[in-house]
Amino acid sequence: MRGAAPYAAEFAFDGMVYAALVFSTIAKGRIVAIDTSAAESAPGFVHVMSHYNAPRMKPMMPWASSEKAAGNDALPIMQDDRIRWNGQPIAVVLAETQEQADYAASLVRATCEAEPATTSFAQAKANGTETAMLGGQPVHIEIGDAEAALATAAVSVDATFHTPYQNHNAIEPHAVTVAWHGDELEVHDASQSVAHNAWSLATMLGIDEHQVHVTSPYVGGAFGGKFMGTHQVLAAAASRLAGRPVRLALSRAGVYRLVGGRALTEQRLAIGAARDGRFVALIHTGTSTHIPGSPHPELAQFVSYSSYATDTLKIDLQWAYLDMVANAAMRAPGEAVGSFALESAVDEVAVALGMDPIELRIRNEPATDPLSGLPFSSRNIVKAWRAGAKRFGWERRNPTPRAVREGDWLIGMGCGAGSHMYAREPGGSARLTLAGDGTVEVAIAAHDAGMGTATVQTQIIAEQLALRPEQIELRLADSALPGLVPGVGSSQTTTAAATTVAAKHEVVAELLKLVRGDSPLAGLTADDVTPRDGGLAKIDDPGRHESYASILTRAGRDELTIDASGGNPTESEQYSMYSYGAMFCEVRVNAITGETRVSRLLGSMDCGRVMNARTAAGQFRGGMIMAMGLALTEETLYDERTARIMNPSLAEYHIPVHADVPKIDVIWTGIPDPHAPLGARGIGELSMNGTAAAIANAIYNATGKRVRQLPITLDKLL
Amino acid sequence: MYAKSGAIRINGTPVPPPDDPRVSLLDLLRETLGLHGTKKGCNQGGCGACTVLVDDERIVSCLALAVQYTGRDVVTIDALAGEDGLHPLQQAFIEHDGFQCGYCTPGQICSAIGMAGELERGVPSHVTSDLSAKRIELTDDELRERMSGNLCRCGAHNGIVSAIAQTHRAGQLSPRSSTKARRAAR
Repeated sequence: MRGAAPYAAEFAFDGMVYAALVFSTIAKGRIVAIDTSAAESAPGFVHVMSHYNAPRMKPMMPWASSEKAAGNDALPIMQDDRIRWNGQPIAVVLAETQEQADYAASLVRATCEAEPATTSFAQAKANGTETAMLGGQPVHIEIGDAEAALATAAVSVDATFHTPYQNHNAIEPHAVTVAWHGDELEVHDASQSVAHNAWSLATMLGIDEHQVHVTSPYVGGAFGGKFMGTHQVLAAAASRLAGRPVRLALSRAGVYRLVGGRALTEQRLAIGAARDGRFVALIHTGTSTHIPGSPHPELAQFVSYSSYATDTLKIDLQWAYLDMVANAAMRAPGEAVGSFALESAVDEVAVALGMDPIELRIRNEPATDPLSGLPFSSRNIVKAWRAGAKRFGWERRNPTPRAVREGDWLIGMGCGAGSHMYAREPGGSARLTLAGDGTVEVAIAAHDAGMGTATVQTQIIAEQLALRPEQIELRLADSALPGLVPGVGSSQTTTAAATTVAAKHEVVAELLKLVRGDSPLAGLTADDVTPRDGGLAKIDDPGRHESYASILTRAGRDELTIDASGGNPTESEQYSMYSYGAMFCEVRVNAITGETRVSRLLGSMDCGRVMNARTAAGQFRGGMIMAMGLALTEETLYDERTARIMNPSLAEYHIPVHADVPKIDVIWTGIPDPHAPLGARGIGELSMNGTAAAIANAIYNATGKRVRQLPITLDKLL
Repeated sequence: MYAKSGAIRINGTPVPPPDDPRVSLLDLLRETLGLHGTKKGCNQGGCGACTVLVDDERIVSCLALAVQYTGRDVVTIDALAGEDGLHPLQQAFIEHDGFQCGYCTPGQICSAIGMAGELERGVPSHVTSDLSAKRIELTDDELRERMSGNLCRCGAHNGIVSAIAQTHRAGQLSPRSSTKARRAAR
């Protein structure tokens, strides 16, 4: 609030130099020569790195290829003369100031030999696609004969949906400040994954993991875009070559060139329904853009795995390969764009049946998980629909399209369902140190990029140990910390919650070992006591209480340290676990210009226990606003001739601004999940899902126009 | 030619202009002076994260060449809090949950204060209905329109807008009162 929080580009070292990148301007080919003579004679020039002199490094390690791998591709970085995408960094120029580095970089002349490249989606599909893989399995599922059931269904919808490339656009551009101390590397990073990045850098540079120290105390937004990237490796390598600390802060255009976003998708969504609304066929197939070796499938079809009961189901995802920067995970990967298609199609079925779209959804509620047959751990989407409909005034909606008008403005209401799978990663751990004064230090390599992680973790540790939040000192986002949270998306909360519960049990057990014969707790076992008022108390006789400080003091101990781990997520093997959202939208569409304004938004969530109402509401609103961008304005434009991004800029890539954002209402069922640690499921990505469909369905209700291609810009409504 | 003489007053302290005329006011603040409160989001005037107050008007400091600001009075987020605590708008941002990651926050706050000055001067916006009005009411539409140059990606818009509205209603958003302490200090 005072501007004092240090972000990655705000750490400084003595003798630090600034980096500027030179990017390729072709999509595919080889570098014939790089002439750096003019750059080298520019004022302030310090060093230049290219494939001619870069240290030998192993390629990037993509997500899931190892416990701490966190890259978006498997490509070598500045190790050969190959150009693999338009915008690939081909040289790093170091100079005494950023201005000097930028100027010197502008003087580098690269001669490249272009080769035929795949630069458009149409061309990529024509080249032939491959069935996408998820967890080593091809993404192709068939239950019954969905095509036949569709053909004979009383009512059917069969439509194709398109969603564009998108970029995360965290307001803080990626940046890293690095220094070598002998063979030890110090890295101040803007990252969602410090422990992963320390391991990744060490592996790529050929040093030990413990020789790399990564911190990331403040992150200016991430949204899935700030894991392990190319720029951290380039900065570390260039720093080693030059023998100077290096700051590498990507320009906004540089972020677009180096860090991919959401892949482009084309989806076929077909639903066959009986007259009473029951689904007899659900077909969700399609194609996503991809590069070989990328770990992110952009699995739009995932939303159709468990959303609805259906007699027959067909799922298939194909990958079409382009010569472009690898796509990344972007807030609710796959689900955000998949729920747009699925929930738009459900709305079309409701129109075809003349049925209320909420009632149609409720009619198709599955009793158990449609694919696995597992029971749901806690599924209260119907309650969320009812509560949301009441709050939003859904009964005032006129189901006839283009029937409500105020002057030039057509007004409509729409809804859409969202879901997000519960995930808890194995191996989460934390170190907890209870001090003699009764305070606790908790070290956990989790991250807070604005989600409220620090607030919520402090709160749940305080609650579990019956301490006040100010008695907790939480240490986060430092790879040297002993605690690890392997899941760094929305599974972070659940993973850390399990760890905290385990920590509580450890603390109780260890403290009881220290209890002396004259203690009020003497003779009690772990089953008899619980944390209470900054100490332990007998559950059925709270008068028998001793404070943590007293237990430690009487035992002659300064502190007690425990390492706790949440164990394996066996709950996910026994139950189908998701969070749910019922999303409502009202739009006003100008009948003359096609301009769309979202006038009201409501999210009615069923997400397990809400740990902190304030930060949860912030997460829900944030996802809904990003989904407004998905629905209406956001698109990364690639030149289909060259695969170069044409709008790598916040001026030309339009994220929602204040004027676009109405007051957003969020409510939740508050029903804890009995099978999740502390009853909580992750929430950060949930509200991205279903919102874009709610907007598109509201636009249909307002105008009678069904737009199946995002973003729904005004030209599509004229 | 640019003026090489004179100093830039930054948060009340005279600062010599940079030798390199390419240095933006933003980079002077962040790299030369170590005043990191002002943020770099796009370096092309598209996001508003670098907004500062110059003679009580808001500008995007990434599009300002530092050498052109000699003799001018620059106030940044780093100096808005006084000895008696946070600026009322900073406090309101906390109370209204007007931020998540915090990176756009300094720009939002400086921009809102500059906006209040524009209202005082009767400068109309795209949504102002009466262009000749002496006093423009800060309606919800006015506020959101006028703050749309400050992007937020986390989605804290509702909290930002209510924090600014409350501070304005309380008569505590004016640039003159906001930067008074800084001007008195020199």
